[in-house]
Order: sequence, then structure tokens, then C-alpha cells
Amino acid sequence: MNPAYSVLFFTCLSGAGYGMLAVLGIGVLFDMLPRGFVFGIVAMGACLGLITAGLLCSTLHLHHPERAWRAFSQWRSSWLSREGVAAVATFIPAAVLALGWLFPAVINATLWKLGAFASVFGAIITVLCTAMIYASLKPVQQWRITLSSIPLVPFTYFGFALAGGMAWTQLLLFIFEGSRASGISIPTCIILAIAWWVKLLYWKQVDTQANAHNLLDATGLKESWENIHAFDSPHTEQNYLQKEMGYQVARKHRDFLRRTAWSGGGILPILLSLVGMWAGGPAASACALLAVALFMLGTLVERWLFFAEAMHTSSLYYDNKG
Amino acid sequence: MTSLPKRNKDAKKLGLVIDLDTCVGCHACVVSCKEWNTGGYPAPLSDTQPYGREPSGAFLNRVHSYEVENETAQRTVYFPKSCLHCENPQCVTVCPTGASYKRVEDGIVLVDEDLCIGCGLCAWACPYGAREMDPVVGVMKKCTLCVDRIYNENIPPDERKPACVNACPAGARHFGDLGDPESSVSKLAAQRSTQEPLGDLDYQPTNKYLAPRKPKSVPNAKPLEPVNQNQDNGFIGWLDAMLSRLNPPT
Repeated sequence: MNPAYSVLFFTCLSGAGYGMLAVLGIGVLFDMLPRGFVFGIVAMGACLGLITAGLLCSTLHLHHPERAWRAFSQWRSSWLSREGVAAVATFIPAAVLALGWLFPAVINATLWKLGAFASVFGAIITVLCTAMIYASLKPVQQWRITLSSIPLVPFTYFGFALAGGMAWTQLLLFIFEGSRASGISIPTCIILAIAWWVKLLYWKQVDTQANAHNLLDATGLKESWENIHAFDSPHTEQNYLQKEMGYQVARKHRDFLRRTAWSGGGILPILLSLVGMWAGGPAASACALLAVALFMLGTLVERWLFFAEAMHTSSLYYDNKG
Repeated sequence: MTSLPKRNKDAKKLGLVIDLDTCVGCHACVVSCKEWNTGGYPAPLSDTQPYGREPSGAFLNRVHSYEVENETAQRTVYFPKSCLHCENPQCVTVCPTGASYKRVEDGIVLVDEDLCIGCGLCAWACPYGAREMDPVVGVMKKCTLCVDRIYNENIPPDERKPACVNACPAGARHFGDLGDPESSVSKLAAQRSTQEPLGDLDYQPTNKYLAPRKPKSVPNAKPLEPVNQNQDNGFIGWLDAMLSRLNPPT
């Protein structure tokens, strides 16, 4: 499948944003975060900034963004519509969460925690909907992959969202709280490790999965025929289907890109978090900043592979042997 | 509404029956489809650089050309591919705006081009690759089963069929109500063995493909004799006649 930049940035940025919203919400629920006005503005600004930037990127994917509002209507059947509804609805508790930092006099502790709880819930639902847009597509066998009948794609999205949220929150806590906040580093490392471990499981399953269909299945000719090949193309130039679905991933680079993604986006951020925890002071903030940057780049590579490696049944008809 | 309509046992199910035995791969259906739909409802079926270096554009029908073989036979199969107007079309349910829908009255799957945001998700959800994005208008295009022909009272009754069916010179394409077991297309499909592409994905296509009949195999056929290409009446012809008399062919 075509790894469109708009969709890559949408899933990576809004994923990290909703992950951060969930982390901040949990932090508020268990009184683990500073209550300062400036911290609130910066933390919620970063979180909602990531979410909004991601959602705006997603509208760049549309040929008619002026009609995007219509996408809120079909939540009964469409995961894309549900994603839109959940994303916008989550802004309400997120606003309560933000106002709790800004105007503690107006938002009392109960309301704040209620907002925090609803924010966590909304973030989980939104990320689930994002993942299900892809995991529900029957023609793409890689995205429907399971391990002991558990679908893996939603868990990879949950993992990266939460890991991104932890990495961003760690950065802000190191900046505002210094070494007092070093307690966040070990959980951050554990979640980073789990996120990439789930992704490695996904890749292992993808590599061992047999092709679900071949050209004989696609044409329905398998009853009477054993071999088939295309001897002519249905059209002279590449069409929309081939550009969109027949995306040929450079397989020789696949393993290298995967290694780059998990080492650069997983191992290095873990090491940097540990160094930051140990070093403290401005060095900790620098380490956490580098960890966030590397993690985001790593997930972009991971997301590029998520699309580029996925194969669509419609490309079977073109009988690409490559 | 992109939820699917409730199934009714007696509902009309308009669709095509395509005979893969008869199709000669002439692409007349492709051309007539493009011709009708680029001039018809509701916006042109656009091309980019139609006369330029890299012509490209949206088509609602494509003909693939294959060679197939088994232990005893080989043959050519042409496979025309357009929307199969499935009973369980995921292209409809994934649509976030309600642009993609399945008609209650006749089962045709359509796109309301005024509602389409051009996100492309329906094309990802179609396992057959039956939908193509219009490169100029920016909305999804697909076979309408010529909904603007088949009910059109301004054209003669015998032409109220999809353009591809009218154009097919081989008579490989048949149009009718597959929900009615007494219709000519249902009877045709019942007589011949049909094949369902990607049946395990459970989209339940309405269109039917009639499987190519098995080629007749000749039992204990002798290999052919080499044809005598030597029609020489001179020395070589005399030598051939003499040698054939000494060593008669068996």
C-alpha cells in the first residue's frame, strides 16, 4: 500500500498526542504531576498540538477537505468515521484537563479527575479507531494478522502511542522538575520496550505468514486450472490501483529499515532515558529531547514500513512477479 | 447511509453475467464504458494527459489477459473486471461520509459524488480493485451498472442495458436481475458452472463469471505426421518417391 506522507504524519503525530493525553490523564488521576500553571500550559499545549497537527495532516490526504465534516456521520459502520467522532469528542475532556491546570479555582479536584479519566478513555478509543481503520480491511492480510487469535495491529498502535506519550512527558518533567522527576524514566523504558517488542512480534508473524491468495483465487480459475500468468497488461500506463495498492517495497532495504527503526526508535531512546535519569540537570533534558526526536523518527520509519509492506489483493490481478 | 440495506429474499439484484469462455479480450466493453461514463452522469470520467507523454485516467472496467494451463490443456482467458456489486460490500461500510451506498431497490453500489471527500478508503476496502480515483474531479469512481442508461426512457428499450453489454461483439456479457431465479441471467448462471473470485473474503459478488469450459481432450490421439513440404517435381521429388517405395511410411 502507498505510504502517503499525510497518513504517516497523521498516525505518528496524533498517536503520540493521544498517548501523551492518556499519560497526563493518568498522572492527574494519581496526583503524580506538578500542578503549576506553566507546566499545565506547556504540557497540554504540546499534547493538543501533536493531536491537532496529526488531524490536520490527515485532512491533507483528502481530495475534498472542505467536505471533511461529513465524515462524522457514518460512525455506525465506518471506523474512519468513528475515529473522527472520537478524536473531536476527546477534545472536550482534554479541555477540562487543561483548564484544571489553568484555573484550579473554577475546575475543582473532582471535575478535574473526571476530565482526566474521560481523557484517558477518549485517547484509548481514538487510537483504537485509528488502528481499526487498517485492521478491518479484509483485502490486506498483513493488517489482519493475529497471534493466538489476538489482532496485533491495534496493540502496535497502543504501544507506540503510549511510548510516545511517556517520552514526551518525560521530556517536560525533566525540564520542569529536574531530577525530582527521574521516577518516570523506568516506566518509560519499560513501555518503549513493550511497544517495540509487540512490533517485532508483528514483523515475525508477517514474515512467517503464507500468502492467503494467489492469482488463481483472485480470478476464481483455481477449480480447473493449475498455472496462470498474465501475458498482457490491461492498460499501457500505471493506473490509480497500481500507484495506490501495488506499491513495490524495496525488499532489499526492508531488514535494514526495520533494524534502523527499532534500534533508533527503541534502543537509543531507552539508553538516553537511563542516561538522563542518572545524569540529572540540563543533561537529562537534553537526553530526553533526543530520545523524543529519535522515537518519533523511528515510528515514522516503522509506519512507512507498515504501509509499504502491506499487500492488497487487487495487485494480484497484475501478476507482478517482483 | 453506509450501513448496508436489510436483505430481502425477493429483492432485485441487478448485475452482470460474464462468460469467460466467450470473451475474446477485444476491450470494446472498456472503451464503450469510458465513452458512456465520460459523457454521462454526473461528472466526466477524467484523464490526465490523454494525448501526452504519460496518459492516465480513471476507468470503470479493465480487461486482464491470462494464459492458464493444467495437466491436459492450455488456453487463453480474458478476465474483464468491474464492480461486482457485492451483497456484502466493505467498500460501502468503510465510507465515513455516506457517499458510498448500496441501493435498496436494485442492489447497485454507487457513489454520491457530492458527498465524497476523496479519502480513498473504499478503494482500499475493495479486494477486486474495482474503484478508481478520478484524477481531476478528486472523487471515487466506480461502475454504476449504467444506472443512467438502464432506467432511461429517452433511449430505445432494447438499449436500456449497460454500455459494456451493448458493445460486446461476442455476446459474452449479459445483464439482468440475479435476484429472480426465473430471469435469463439466473438461468444462464445456473446452467453453467460459475466461479467466485476471492470467495473466502465473503463479499458475495452479485456479478457472476461463467467458468471457461474444459477443453475437449482427444483420447489416444496419435501425434501428427510431418507434412511433406517437398513439392518438388524434379530430382528430389523422384528421390522421395523412390525412397518411400523402399521404406513405406507406417
